[in-house]
Amino acid sequence: MSKSTDTIDELVKQEYKYGFYTDIETESAPPGLNEDVIRLISHKKKEPEWLLEWRLKAYRHWLTMPTPEWPMVNYPEIDYQDITYYVAPGSTSDGPKSIDDVDPKLLETYDKLGIPLHERDRLLGVAVDAVFDSVSVGTTFKKELGEKGVIFCSFSEAVQEHPELVRKYLGSVVPQTDNFYAALNSAVFTDGSFCYIPKGVRCPMELSTYFRINAAKSGQFERTLIIADEGSHVSYLEGCTAPMRDENQLHAAVVELIAMDNAEIKYSTVQNWYPGDENGVGGIYNFVTKRGICRGVNSKISWTQVETGSAITWKYPGVILQGDNSVGEFYSVALTNNCQQADTGTKMIHIGKNTRSTIISKGISAGRGQNSYRGLVKVLKNATNARNYSQCDSLLIGDKCGAHTFPYIEVKNTSTQVEHEASTSKVGEDQIFYCAQRAIAAEDAVKMIVNGYCKEVFKQLPMEFAVEAQNLLSVSLEGSVG
Amino acid sequence: MTQPILTIKNLSAGVEGREILKGINLTIRPGEVHAVMGPNGSGKSTLASILAGRDGYHITGGEVVYCGQDLLELEAEDRAREGVFLAFQYPVEIPGVNSTYFLKAAYNEIRKHRGQPEFDAVEFLKFVRERMKILEVPEDFLKRPVNHGFSGGEKKRNEIFQMAVLDPKLAILDETDSGLDIDALQIVATGVNRLKRPDNAQLVITHYQRLLNFIVPDYVHVLVDGRIVRTGGKELALELEENGYESIVHGGAVPA
Repeated sequence: MSKSTDTIDELVKQEYKYGFYTDIETESAPPGLNEDVIRLISHKKKEPEWLLEWRLKAYRHWLTMPTPEWPMVNYPEIDYQDITYYVAPGSTSDGPKSIDDVDPKLLETYDKLGIPLHERDRLLGVAVDAVFDSVSVGTTFKKELGEKGVIFCSFSEAVQEHPELVRKYLGSVVPQTDNFYAALNSAVFTDGSFCYIPKGVRCPMELSTYFRINAAKSGQFERTLIIADEGSHVSYLEGCTAPMRDENQLHAAVVELIAMDNAEIKYSTVQNWYPGDENGVGGIYNFVTKRGICRGVNSKISWTQVETGSAITWKYPGVILQGDNSVGEFYSVALTNNCQQADTGTKMIHIGKNTRSTIISKGISAGRGQNSYRGLVKVLKNATNARNYSQCDSLLIGDKCGAHTFPYIEVKNTSTQVEHEASTSKVGEDQIFYCAQRAIAAEDAVKMIVNGYCKEVFKQLPMEFAVEAQNLLSVSLEGSVG
Repeated sequence: MTQPILTIKNLSAGVEGREILKGINLTIRPGEVHAVMGPNGSGKSTLASILAGRDGYHITGGEVVYCGQDLLELEAEDRAREGVFLAFQYPVEIPGVNSTYFLKAAYNEIRKHRGQPEFDAVEFLKFVRERMKILEVPEDFLKRPVNHGFSGGEKKRNEIFQMAVLDPKLAILDETDSGLDIDALQIVATGVNRLKRPDNAQLVITHYQRLLNFIVPDYVHVLVDGRIVRTGGKELALELEENGYESIVHGGAVPA
């Protein structure tokens, strides 16, 4: 093995920084999944009858569904009776009235994660909803947002305060029966974020949700619903971390976005769930359904994701382009290192006329990581002049990893233009030597090469987070150069 | 007498059991320009790679002293920080990495190594613009990704530009003339000549004599089958051009 391969291997090894556990009193449901547990969750959340029925319908359908086996990922069968579906920090079972009522231990946890919730240290220009295990522990800048008519709160709160909006839109983009994990989520979801931007309002700050799994043997099943009414604009960001544990934990979320006429939603994710150790022990199973609908004319939905964590990632944020002239975008960086596996991509469904979609996917495989891009571009019969541009690039670091691409294209309209470009490259010893000859050591060279490769995606992220994403990528790659 | 910049003593090296260099001797003093010429497969590029610290070569004998220290003991990046620069025969593309960013990172590594404070973006840009003037490099070189989308000629020019910025003590030009038309050749050579100073040195590796019309060497070494078979002044290059390598090999010349 050459010297530079060693350096690459070293580089990819780096401890997970957010792997700590917060020792806090919790209230939880007994492990296992049945109608009683669902009733208990619904009862804890003081939900209306219709929502309980909605959950039960999802559960009954879920029982009839097989686990999807088409993704290119391998893992032992999940025992759904071994998971705890509801865990809430003891002090928050009724929900804190304001940040001041939040358990100091929780505030400390978020401080440690770099997401201070307390007024004096809050991130400037970013409103945060903090979800800890099954519940939201607090939302910042609510008052300031309220003045503009923007609703930003936990999902549970939305059910109480804005039941008409929740009932109208919940499941309208991802139906309860959509797929195995979406059905499971619909049955047992516990919290998440809700956001409504009224007509003509440009949301004055970034909205963000920070998800934290803390309890052992629990799953996190959150639901996010964002509605951008006519002519409104919102930029939303989610971040996620979890403690280091030897067993795998399940995270099955559903995100639904709805954009009306001339509205725009930009949704960014920096996913850093615990990826498991270098031998593939532990880590989060991240099985997520994310979909947006451009319901109105000239509307736009843009997904940007930086996926560096999780043992397994299974997600395909998509856009249904229903309104004429609507625009869908997907920008993705997915990194798999050590034994991580990712099967991720997007779905762009063109229904309206003159609809356009752009897909830029950058996969990075290091260690023994396996990275698959899976994407569907579907143009229906009436989607005259639809256009799609897809670019799928794979970067390999070292010689034990893999990259795979599964693009699907279905076109039913002859005026369509679909372009697909793909490339596979290797962080070569040539590049590393070239940098070394210019006084730049291997570790810095790899960071530079990888960041250069991801630039098109990073520039889509809000400024503050672009820097964080770059750092995260460097950290996730440490120990991986070859 | 001044200390040599580079002394190669009886250097033998190869890859995977195949010996390529079979006892090279070469001394380069400050202010000198040396040319190494030789047919394909004679070991010219191997010599350049070994001096720059590329992995994959086995040193089987001899030593290389650079400014009083054992060059072969140093990592490639440390050699660069100490002032060894290789202009690549095939400059490597790094897509998405801005040239200014790359050069600033490289230059600051060298400054750090010398114990100087690093340049911030403004200081660096001012400095780099000065260097650009020497070589008449187009402004857009700074904005483009490192070698990505560059023509062959532009890549070679970019190498010389990097050399101007990093200001090496020993510059090794590995077949910088290959693939260049006569205009590009002239531009590159002019750049190299402008960077020549009494306290630095250049080792120009080439297959053809034509580069030496523009870069005039103090010494010409002829490398054949891993050995320097003749050393002479600049007129040796012309002799080679006329008679070819064959005559020298069979002329039975003694290594210099």
